[in-house]
Amino acid sequence: MMDFAMTMIIAETAVLAALLSAIVPLFFYRLPYLQSWLSFLLLGISGLAASWGGGMALLLRTSEQVVLPIGLPWLHISLCLDPLAGFFLFIVGLVTFIAACYGPAYIREYIDGQLGIGPLTVFTGLFVGGMFLVLLAADAFSFMLAWELMSVASYFLVVFQHQRPENRHAAFIYLLMAVVGGAFLFLAYGVLAGFSDGFSFAAMKAATLSPTWATIAFTFAFIGFGLKAGIVPLHVWLPLAHPVAPSHISALMSGVMLKVAVYGFIRFVFGLLGGITWQWGVVVLLVGSASAVLGVLYALMQHDLKRLLAYHSVENIGIIYIGLGLSMIFYATQHLEIAALALIAALYHCLNHALFKSLLFFGAGAILQQSRQHDMEKMGGLIKKMPVTATCFLIGCISISALPPFNGFVSEWLTFQAALQGPILKSGILGAMIPVAAAMLALTGAMAAACFVKVYGIVFLGRPRTPEIEEATDPSFGMQLGQILLAVCCLGFGIFPAWTVRALNGIPEGLIGVGLSSATDKGWLWLTPVSAETASYGAPAVFFGILVSWLIVFVLLHPLRRDNRIRIAPAWDCGFGPLNARMQYTASAFAMPIRRIFSFVWLIVEKVEPAGLGKRSRYILRIDDRLWLLLYVPIGKLMLKIAERTSHIQGGNLRVYLCYSFFTLLFLLWVIV
Amino acid sequence: MTGWFWVIVKTLCVVLAAPLLAGWVKWLKCRLQNRKGPPPWQPYRDLLRLSRKHVVLADTASPIFRVAPYIVFSVTILAVSIVPVITVELPVAALADVIALVGFLALGRFFLSLAGMDVGTAFGGMGASREVTISSLAEPALLMAFFTLAMNVSSTNLSTVIANLAQRDFTLYPSLIFSSMGLILVAIAETGRIPIDNPATHLELTMIHEAMILEYSGRHLALMEWASMLKLSLYSLLIVNLIVPWGIALTLVPIDLAFATLIVTAKLLLWGLILAVSETIQAKMRLFRAPQYLGLAFILSLLGMMSHIILEVQ
Repeated sequence: MMDFAMTMIIAETAVLAALLSAIVPLFFYRLPYLQSWLSFLLLGISGLAASWGGGMALLLRTSEQVVLPIGLPWLHISLCLDPLAGFFLFIVGLVTFIAACYGPAYIREYIDGQLGIGPLTVFTGLFVGGMFLVLLAADAFSFMLAWELMSVASYFLVVFQHQRPENRHAAFIYLLMAVVGGAFLFLAYGVLAGFSDGFSFAAMKAATLSPTWATIAFTFAFIGFGLKAGIVPLHVWLPLAHPVAPSHISALMSGVMLKVAVYGFIRFVFGLLGGITWQWGVVVLLVGSASAVLGVLYALMQHDLKRLLAYHSVENIGIIYIGLGLSMIFYATQHLEIAALALIAALYHCLNHALFKSLLFFGAGAILQQSRQHDMEKMGGLIKKMPVTATCFLIGCISISALPPFNGFVSEWLTFQAALQGPILKSGILGAMIPVAAAMLALTGAMAAACFVKVYGIVFLGRPRTPEIEEATDPSFGMQLGQILLAVCCLGFGIFPAWTVRALNGIPEGLIGVGLSSATDKGWLWLTPVSAETASYGAPAVFFGILVSWLIVFVLLHPLRRDNRIRIAPAWDCGFGPLNARMQYTASAFAMPIRRIFSFVWLIVEKVEPAGLGKRSRYILRIDDRLWLLLYVPIGKLMLKIAERTSHIQGGNLRVYLCYSFFTLLFLLWVIV
Repeated sequence: MTGWFWVIVKTLCVVLAAPLLAGWVKWLKCRLQNRKGPPPWQPYRDLLRLSRKHVVLADTASPIFRVAPYIVFSVTILAVSIVPVITVELPVAALADVIALVGFLALGRFFLSLAGMDVGTAFGGMGASREVTISSLAEPALLMAFFTLAMNVSSTNLSTVIANLAQRDFTLYPSLIFSSMGLILVAIAETGRIPIDNPATHLELTMIHEAMILEYSGRHLALMEWASMLKLSLYSLLIVNLIVPWGIALTLVPIDLAFATLIVTAKLLLWGLILAVSETIQAKMRLFRAPQYLGLAFILSLLGMMSHIILEVQ
């Protein structure tokens, strides 16, 4: 019983440390270095504690609940740490810990700036503490409280560099979407609370809803959590907000905060709502497929490195939702083992995405700090200037492209294995839907690889395109350490998937009632999701095989015996004289064939201004999100129109406003009585 | 343990025989075009000559450029090792299934394209851009074709798939026909053959694979060329063993193995002939026609899967 109590205490320590990291450094505002150091130390402790406590809860499969003596008089805040919350706590904690290693060196530039780092430390602490509390919350009241804390704190982090108007714009849209999302969540929990006696998750779980009300609650939750997770078409805030925050915050937002939304969705649908129907699964599957494909296509067209990575978050959330949709479909049709497989695939991808996306954001942050460049078209040749960053970034690129033997491959492989079990459903519609989703996933994987060839090739290879890039060097030790840790994690979770899946098994056992014991019963070498005959993947052996065959080829073909001279010469210039950096392929040129093939996806404006008197010819390429124009601009116009219509009730006279308040109160009293 | 020994022997044989298949196709093609081509064993001479030469590195090349040939070659070898050639008794097939096979090939291509972009010339970027465009359309089609086969036998393990297909009666399964057609189209695109790419061209407007490896020389070039020949053999083996699996040895009986070796060789030679004929009677497509070609492959593979689910699942 000792262990049971321990996990919760450790998790509470994590929350406390995160909140302290928001407050304590404020007392040292005259000593900014101490302030930053203290803040990240507490954040690191908090992250470590969270991943420890969460990991323990996951491994020991315990579930423990406490009621804190704070909150409303009749509604104390209650917390619960079960394997699902533990797993997400582990992810958030791990990335927070690594971000705390990375952060101190990264924010050095802000210390010297005029803004000071006070707001940054306060809101980072609140943000991380809010995320932990969302994961631990065991009643709707504390969940929403923590959720809004997380949203609002992250708004201030997005708007931290508020000198630039585009940052303020991004932050405003982020806040707007967060508010709308929060409203949907209130409605979703409201429907559940209406059918249950109380706000606690235990009471909500016990409630029975009619199918109609359940579907309504599901729709609200899907939109509410989807807004935060960034599924298409609710993703528009994500590529605006994530890139403008400081890079370690971008990593936390993109890598981890989106996972908190996924956690909320899983908790709500599998944990609280129950009565999952296959139609919901189909909706999730379709939206997930659309997010995956559109996310990667939009990412391919981006030249701002951090924005490109943000679009890839949309893609990866899509992949996670594909797994969740499959799980819901199989769960609703009583194929529990396959449902568990799909759920584990989705959860595994949550972990993987947190790792490689944070890694890539850290790499982008290192480049940004060293060269002040965020436009890929101005980079190039960084592999020689920043070898450590380049190596880690390469690992991130391979992982996110779902290539063996790294971690991204494992989770996509598991998702494919779940999709391949589609024919057991014996239903025409579903049978046709699942292969299409698998096809979309395959397309996404291939496109992601294409996109990351572009990213790595343009950013790190070739010749430097601007002088600032030539002066870049590897960042200081803390920032390197953060990247190396994540790169090692990417490899580790890619090579030892059997252990990870075994640890994850507790989650479907709790939510679905069935684990995936068959996946790992052939030992740690093998991953056999359905059965050994159906499919198997020996990740350690694959890694070993790649190493051995590389070694053999190298030893046999690398001529150690002979004269091994390598002559260095200029690259082939077709006899026209020296090549320069501007003759290289650009990111836009690289993506051009794909832009042309899928031109119906974007709104492309492409024109060439001819050379005139005293000006050079200019090539202008604008690629816009079609969904923004189709969906959001009309809504914005409508809102403005409604606001205009209703503006005349606002006379500016205090007595009129008091009247309004009075009549509203009267009306409400009448409703209640 | 003997199984593992045979895996190594088999992989070595394929690796060593791969240049012969490439040479055979080239020789046949020359014959069909009324030219006196180089003998089929010419690729061996080329590889030997290249491996003896010094490497000339571009001054802008990074370590990626130097490790890429080894990675591309070794990953292709690994991919070959999990493909059944003469027998389905293949212990490595359990280590990595068809999805991992596609993953290996994608990993090789990832480094090949990066190597193309490394030197910072327009050719390399051009080749890499075209390569990833074509493969990002071809790979889903390939996976769909494999998935159809996998659903047919409810396994993604390549030896199980082939063993199951080889033991079936000769029945026409619509799904297998569609997915075979998809597989062939993809294989032609992925191995850089006409009508998608021309292995014999060095014209900047048309080349894809050659553009990426333009800066390579010496043993690096030899490895890259060898890897691409190996890829041709790999896809050829997949096609002959998945579409017409009959004749492959189901057990490790020597007489069966000898018989299977003969049959596989015959099938490969015949496939080489088909490839040579198709390359002779067709012209290379414009690059922007390739999406339609690959779209066709994708639709065929998807049709295969749909027809399996709708018609064949009881």
